[in-house]
Amino acid sequence: MDYEAVIGLEVHVQLQTATKIFCPCPTTFGALANTHTCPVCIGMPGVLPVLNRKVVEFAIKMALAVNCDIAPFNVFARKHYFYPDLPKGYQISQYESPLAEHGWLDIEVDGRTRRIGITRIHMEEDAGKLMHDENRPVSYVDLNRTGVPLIEIVSEPDIRSPEEAVAYLKKLRQLVRYLGISDGNMEEGSMRCDANISLRPSGQKGYGTRSELKNINSFRHVQRALEYEIRRQTALLLDGQDVVQETRLWDAARGVTFPMRGKEEAHDYRYFPDPDLVPVEIDSAWLTRIREELPELPDAKRIRLKRQYGLSDYDLEILTASRSMADYFEGCVAQFPHPKTVSNWICVELVRLLRQGDQEIDTCPVSPAGLAGLLEMIDNGTISGKMAKDILQQMYHTKKSAREIVEEQGLAQMSDESQLRIVIERVMEGHPKEVERYRAGKTKVLGFLVGQVMRETRGQANPKKVNELLEKALNP
Amino acid sequence: MSSLTDLSVHELHELLIKREVSAVEVAKTYLKRIDEVDSKVRAYLTLTPDQALAQAEEADRCLSRDVEEATPLTGIPMGIKDVICTCGVRTTCGSRMLENFVPPYSATVIERLEAHGAVMLGKLNMDEFAMGSSTENSAFYPTHNPWDLERVPGGSSGGSAASVAARTCACSLGSDTGGSIRQPSSHCGVVGMKPTYGRVSRYGLVAFASSLDQIGPITRDVTDCALLLNVISGYDPRDSTSIPRDVPDYTLSLIPGLEGCTIGLPKEYFVSGLDPDVERAVKTAVSALEGQGARLVEVSLPHTEYAVATYYIIAPAEASSNLSRYDGVKYGLRAQGFKDLTDMYKKTRSQGFGPEVKRRIMIGTYSLSSGYYDAYYKKASQVRTLIVQDFRHAFKDCDVIAAPVAPTSAFRLGEKVDDPLQMYLSDIFTIPANLAGIPGISVPCGMDHNGLPIGLQLMATHFGEQSLLKAAYNLELAMGPWRNWPAV
Ligand SMILES: [Zn+2]
Repeated sequence: MDYEAVIGLEVHVQLQTATKIFCPCPTTFGALANTHTCPVCIGMPGVLPVLNRKVVEFAIKMALAVNCDIAPFNVFARKHYFYPDLPKGYQISQYESPLAEHGWLDIEVDGRTRRIGITRIHMEEDAGKLMHDENRPVSYVDLNRTGVPLIEIVSEPDIRSPEEAVAYLKKLRQLVRYLGISDGNMEEGSMRCDANISLRPSGQKGYGTRSELKNINSFRHVQRALEYEIRRQTALLLDGQDVVQETRLWDAARGVTFPMRGKEEAHDYRYFPDPDLVPVEIDSAWLTRIREELPELPDAKRIRLKRQYGLSDYDLEILTASRSMADYFEGCVAQFPHPKTVSNWICVELVRLLRQGDQEIDTCPVSPAGLAGLLEMIDNGTISGKMAKDILQQMYHTKKSAREIVEEQGLAQMSDESQLRIVIERVMEGHPKEVERYRAGKTKVLGFLVGQVMRETRGQANPKKVNELLEKALNP
Repeated sequence: MSSLTDLSVHELHELLIKREVSAVEVAKTYLKRIDEVDSKVRAYLTLTPDQALAQAEEADRCLSRDVEEATPLTGIPMGIKDVICTCGVRTTCGSRMLENFVPPYSATVIERLEAHGAVMLGKLNMDEFAMGSSTENSAFYPTHNPWDLERVPGGSSGGSAASVAARTCACSLGSDTGGSIRQPSSHCGVVGMKPTYGRVSRYGLVAFASSLDQIGPITRDVTDCALLLNVISGYDPRDSTSIPRDVPDYTLSLIPGLEGCTIGLPKEYFVSGLDPDVERAVKTAVSALEGQGARLVEVSLPHTEYAVATYYIIAPAEASSNLSRYDGVKYGLRAQGFKDLTDMYKKTRSQGFGPEVKRRIMIGTYSLSSGYYDAYYKKASQVRTLIVQDFRHAFKDCDVIAAPVAPTSAFRLGEKVDDPLQMYLSDIFTIPANLAGIPGISVPCGMDHNGLPIGLQLMATHFGEQSLLKAAYNLELAMGPWRNWPAV
């Protein structure tokens, strides 16, 4: 029997506001344990949370980017469970009335566009981190992360394959980066993913029993964990067994999922509205202001760039991968208005250099103006395209401009006609036989003569010009 | 000099600004009196004599520099309920759980008092985590009523009310979640106000039931109440539920005459079960208010009978959540000899909390559980809305509602400890104001046949503290100044 996978994703995204969601502590990563804490995020007696409105703003940006309806009144709820990384014994989250609902996101897999529904987006606070002593039965708690703002984005069970799941996650990451609300880094935990997956016979409408996969911290592992789970559930079903509804952990080292035990068992979180926080009203003025601040999003940008510059889908994929990449491209085109040439140079040469240097476009040592300057020198014949690749590499490593490098190393092509004519005359005088053969109709000899001119000029002559002038001289 | 401790805050202030007495002398006199009588009353859990003398010296410097700089609280010795965080001074909440907890921050009200030059004598006893009506639920020891040491002072702010009556502080702060300021004030013959929810910052008040808790003053007379309210009121950006609204000078409401003021008597509050002495005292007080020019009307608060049940769903639900943080991980008690994490939680919470706190955590946990939430917590929230509406309707017909504070005067120590339900009913008349978020005040209005004080409760609409103070002040005028303090 053929089975179809039904996948829904719950994605947590850490928002990069300067301060935490309910206290003024910084959110920066990597500080000494428990130094980014205060009585509020440690959950001391008597202290009270005060909402950071920037968090609401960031969350609204995400909600608008995935076409959600925004709730005019936002209520925070307490979600209770005991764990040492949760100092208050409850997490402030949203339950009955999330910030946003009923959205969608288009993804593309194998050239096919699919629309994935977004069930809800809500705001909440992150928990701390536990570190277990390897030698003694002792654990340590670091509460620096406690209270860092999160949004949880819950998808509809609209995803049908591991590839689609990865495409969805990459699209989310691209969006949060475009919006500037998170770095979306899965490996560092600023984007985390839980997956609900069930199988059903192809063509069936109802859902099968699902398992929930946790602890998946890269795109590759999402793919592998889902593939594993599809194989596991398929085997069970083919064998006539039932899939058990349970939470399973992904073991990246062994490449398997296994059932969770202990604290992760079914919880009664006893949600109720947090009486320490007043409902947040999101009025239309606020919403309008945020909407106006939204950057051009990837899909819209792609359509515009295609229309405006006529670029290929392949190039567009690279140029719209991030906002900075697109900005780089447009910054360069503004100074050197040949979009296809600019696109080629970015997508091939620059991307290769960035990849080699493990750099992002944001930190690229060659500015858009710098690249435009280089391309201008090819265009006016000062240098050849081949030389330009070498010069770009030097620009990348030395941060010098193309002009500086060309001047320092005397790389400019010889394009001055009177100078070139002198060289050509000299070459013709030195090779009378070849000149004769050419004039007798053996025009192939031209290549040899051009080569001689290039040799005389140590490669700096503009080959196009040499061809042109030599032909003129040979056919008086 | 022992008569110094008999003076009200405003009387003491007069002496201080005339430099007839120094703040240090006042503080020393109070510390001496605490030394003499607190072994009987047991109102204090922690004394801070060094801090008190240092603050008094600072107050004297201020007073001798420029009397104009002095505030009505400069050099006034106060006691603070031990549920209000005081930076560097242990704050126990009357619980073993926080027996050694020293907060690294002060409540906003404490910062305000300090900025006004008040002197802190120490921290006052209370029912554990403010849960109780007799102060017998303190994990350390019960407080005794200064009028009759065999009797409870009421609760949960029993230490705060008893110390004001016993003159071991000039005035104090309490907190009121279901009557915890008004009921002990009534039992101890002092003035106690629960302000409108949101009037006073809760930052640094250890939470019992966040949507009901409010800090308020406990004082010898109504003038002192207004003076203290002036200082502790106002918006605090650290408390999202505090309300950005100007604070009037509440002493301006202390004017004789109640012409134009209508006082409502809720018929549901004058029912069987009300002690005859209490009923008589309350009716006498109401007549006195009428004598000051007030018009009396009967009003109805039809959902009163559901108030206690509603309260005992909402307050424990919030408490069960608020008290989750006491888990032995970060501060406070951690039990010894546990096997694993769950065992640490169980042992810590079993040893750290007393029976009443455990009872309420269990009630609250139950009522928030899935499957029960709608029937309990959600339903209670709906009834709470009806109670709010009751008051809204009643305040269309009157400015102030007058009622008993408690069904009886102070009961005997041990009398109700084994009967939680009876204990819960002590708050039957005070709970509705907390559910509605409106202000209420208890003003002494008479004595029962045992010579125990009885208070009159006055309630007003949201931010109607001025009407309350005016009515309370007129009661004080009509009944003569309250001067017969218990001997102790
Ligand atoms: Zn903090």
